[in-house]
Amino acid sequence: MSEIALQAVGLVRRIEGAVSHTLVNGIDLAVNKGEFVAITGPSGSGKSSLLYLLGLLDAPSDGEVIICGQPTSKLSEDDRANVRLTKCGFVFQFHFLLPEFTSLDNVLLPMRAAGLMSEKDMQERGLELLASLGLKDHANKRPNQLSGGQRQRVAIARALSNRPEIIVADEPTGALDTSSTEQVFGILREIADQGRTVVVVTHDPALAARADRRLHIVDGKIAQTFEGKGSAPEAAVAAATDH
Amino acid sequence: MASNLLVNIAWTHVTTRVRQTLVGMAGVAMGVGFTIMMAGLMEGSQIDFLHQLVDAMPHVTIQSDRRTAAPQAADREYGAVQMSGVANVNNRPGIKYPESVMASVRSWLPGDVAPSVKTTAIIDHGGRIGVTLVGIDPKQEIKVSKLASQMREGQINDLLRASNAVIIGQALAEKLAVKTGNAVTLIGGQGTQVSSSVAGIFRSGLKRVDEGQVYALIGTAQVMMGQSGVINELRLRLNDPLDAETIAKQVEGQTGYKSVSWQEANSDLLSSFAVRDFIVLTVMGAMLLTSSFATYNIISTITNEKRQDIAIMKSLGMRETAVRRIFIMEAAIIGVVGIIFGWAIGYALCYSWSQITIYNTLTGTNVPISIYYTPTHYLVAGGISLLCCTGAAFFPARKATRVHPVEIIRGAS
Repeated sequence: MSEIALQAVGLVRRIEGAVSHTLVNGIDLAVNKGEFVAITGPSGSGKSSLLYLLGLLDAPSDGEVIICGQPTSKLSEDDRANVRLTKCGFVFQFHFLLPEFTSLDNVLLPMRAAGLMSEKDMQERGLELLASLGLKDHANKRPNQLSGGQRQRVAIARALSNRPEIIVADEPTGALDTSSTEQVFGILREIADQGRTVVVVTHDPALAARADRRLHIVDGKIAQTFEGKGSAPEAAVAAATDH
Repeated sequence: MASNLLVNIAWTHVTTRVRQTLVGMAGVAMGVGFTIMMAGLMEGSQIDFLHQLVDAMPHVTIQSDRRTAAPQAADREYGAVQMSGVANVNNRPGIKYPESVMASVRSWLPGDVAPSVKTTAIIDHGGRIGVTLVGIDPKQEIKVSKLASQMREGQINDLLRASNAVIIGQALAEKLAVKTGNAVTLIGGQGTQVSSSVAGIFRSGLKRVDEGQVYALIGTAQVMMGQSGVINELRLRLNDPLDAETIAKQVEGQTGYKSVSWQEANSDLLSSFAVRDFIVLTVMGAMLLTSSFATYNIISTITNEKRQDIAIMKSLGMRETAVRRIFIMEAAIIGVVGIIFGWAIGYALCYSWSQITIYNTLTGTNVPISIYYTPTHYLVAGGISLLCCTGAAFFPARKATRVHPVEIIRGAS
C-alpha cells in the first residue's frame, strides 16, 4: 500500500459576506508519495482555491488537510508557516522571485529561513539545484536579467531547496512560451519520478496528460477523476482548455 | 528564523533605494544633530550660571534665626494653659557661642566654615544706595569664598589696612562713580554713620551681588548693626557643592540654627530651570519625533511597494513577525546611520557655537558661549531617535505583514 503524502478530508472553503461563495465544497482527496496529480477545471471552478488549501496557504472553513500524516487544522499560523517552509514547495504562475536578489539568493531564501544547514552547505545545494535545472551560469543574475522560462526554473529550484515532500504548482506554465513550457513540464515530471509528490493546477491538457492522475473540478467539487499517464480523454482535454 | 537573512533582505531594500534612504537618514541626522546642539547649549549656559552662582555665595549659610519660633518661657512653664497678651521675650540677635559652633561643625565638615555679620546699610558717595553689608574676617573668608579671586582692584587683605575699609562690587562702584581709595560714608539701620574708604573692587559675575553687596571687617559690620560682638551668619564652603542640601540638614539638626543651602537660597531660580528643562526636553523630543516621520514615510512606501514580496516570503514559510522585523530593521539601519551622521553634525554645531563670543555687559568682556559636552547627550539623542525610527516603522510594517498571501498572489495572477 502506498504512503499518503497529502490528504484532504471534507475540505470546504467558504467566503462569507453579503453574498457567500463556496469555493471548495467538500473535497476528499488522498495523494500518494511520489504521485503527480493535475487539477483541471474551468475558470472559477475552485482549483486554485483547492491548491492553496492543500499547500496551507489558506485555511479551510471546514474539513482537514493532512500533510505527511500531520493534521493541520489546529495548527497556529506560525506552525502552518513552518510546515510550508519545510514540507511544501510552491511554484506560481508568475515566478515571484525577489527582484533585488540574484537567482542563487532567491534559491537560498527558504533554506536560510529554515536555518537547518550551514551557509556553505546551503550555497552548495543552491548551486547544485540551479545546475540541475540548467541555470549554472545564471546563479549571479537578477530576475530581470533572465528569460521567463529561466525565472520559472529558478522558482522551481527555490521550491525544491528545502527538500520538501510536496510541490504545489499553480499554473506554472501559464506565462511561458512553448519551449519553456515543455522544459518546466519535464522538470515537474522528473521531480515526481524522483519520489516527490507534485500537485499542479493547469489549464494545459498536455501537462495534465503527463500526470499520474487528473482531477477535474467543477463548482468546487471533484467532477471526474482520470487515472494513468497519457490517457486524457477528450472530455477532460476539452474541460481543461475551457478558459 | 536566521537573523542574517532578515538583515540581508533589509539591507538590500535600503541600499536599492538610495535617494529615499538618504532623505530618511538626513532627517534623522538633522534631528539628532540639532538636539545635541540644543542640549549642549542649554546645559552649558545652565552649568556656567550655576558655577557663577556657587562661586559667588557660600554653599551653606548658618543663620542666627530658626525655622520655627523658639518656645517662649511662658509656654514652657504653662504648656497646657492658653495665654493671650503675653509678649515674646526678645533674645539677643546672633548665633550663641559662634566659635564653639564653628569648632563642632568643623570637626566633621568636608570643607570649611567662617564667621560673618550680615546687615543692611546705605552707602553714600554723593548718591545713596542701599546695600547688604557683610562683615568678614579676611583670613577665614578666603577659605570659604572665591572673593579673593574675584578681586579686580585691591586685595581682600586690604580691608585690614585702613579703618572701616570696604570692598564693593564693580557694578556698584560704577553706579556710585567711586574708585579704589575713594572715601564713602556708611549709614547703619540705627542711624550710625562711619567714614569709610574703598579698599578694593570685586566682580562675581552675578548682578545682584555686584550691585548690592559690600564687604567690610566684622567689627565694622557690628558697629553698623549696633551689636558689638555679634556673629549672625556662619558661611560654609564644601568640597562638593552638590552635598550642600544634605549637609545643611545635618548642620541644622546639630545646631538648631536655620541652615540654608545654596540650592534652597536659589530655589526659585532652580525651579525656573526645571521648567526650562521641561520645555527644552519637549522641544527636543518633538524634533526627534518629527525627524522620524521621514522614516515612517519611507517604510510605508517600501512596505507598499513590497506587498508582493511580503506575500511570497509568507507563502514560502517565513513567519509574520520575521517579515515585520525586516522592515523594522530597515528603519533601524536608516536610524543608526542617520544617528552617526547626526552625532557628527551635533558636534560640529556645538563646536561652531563655542567659537562665538558675546559681550557680557556685567563683566565687560567678550565671553565664549558655554557648551556642555557629554556623551550622555549623544547617547540619549541617539537612543530616542532610534526608538522613534523603529516605532515609526512598526505600524506600517505590521499593517503590511498582516496581508494574506493568497490575496496578493491571486491579484498578481
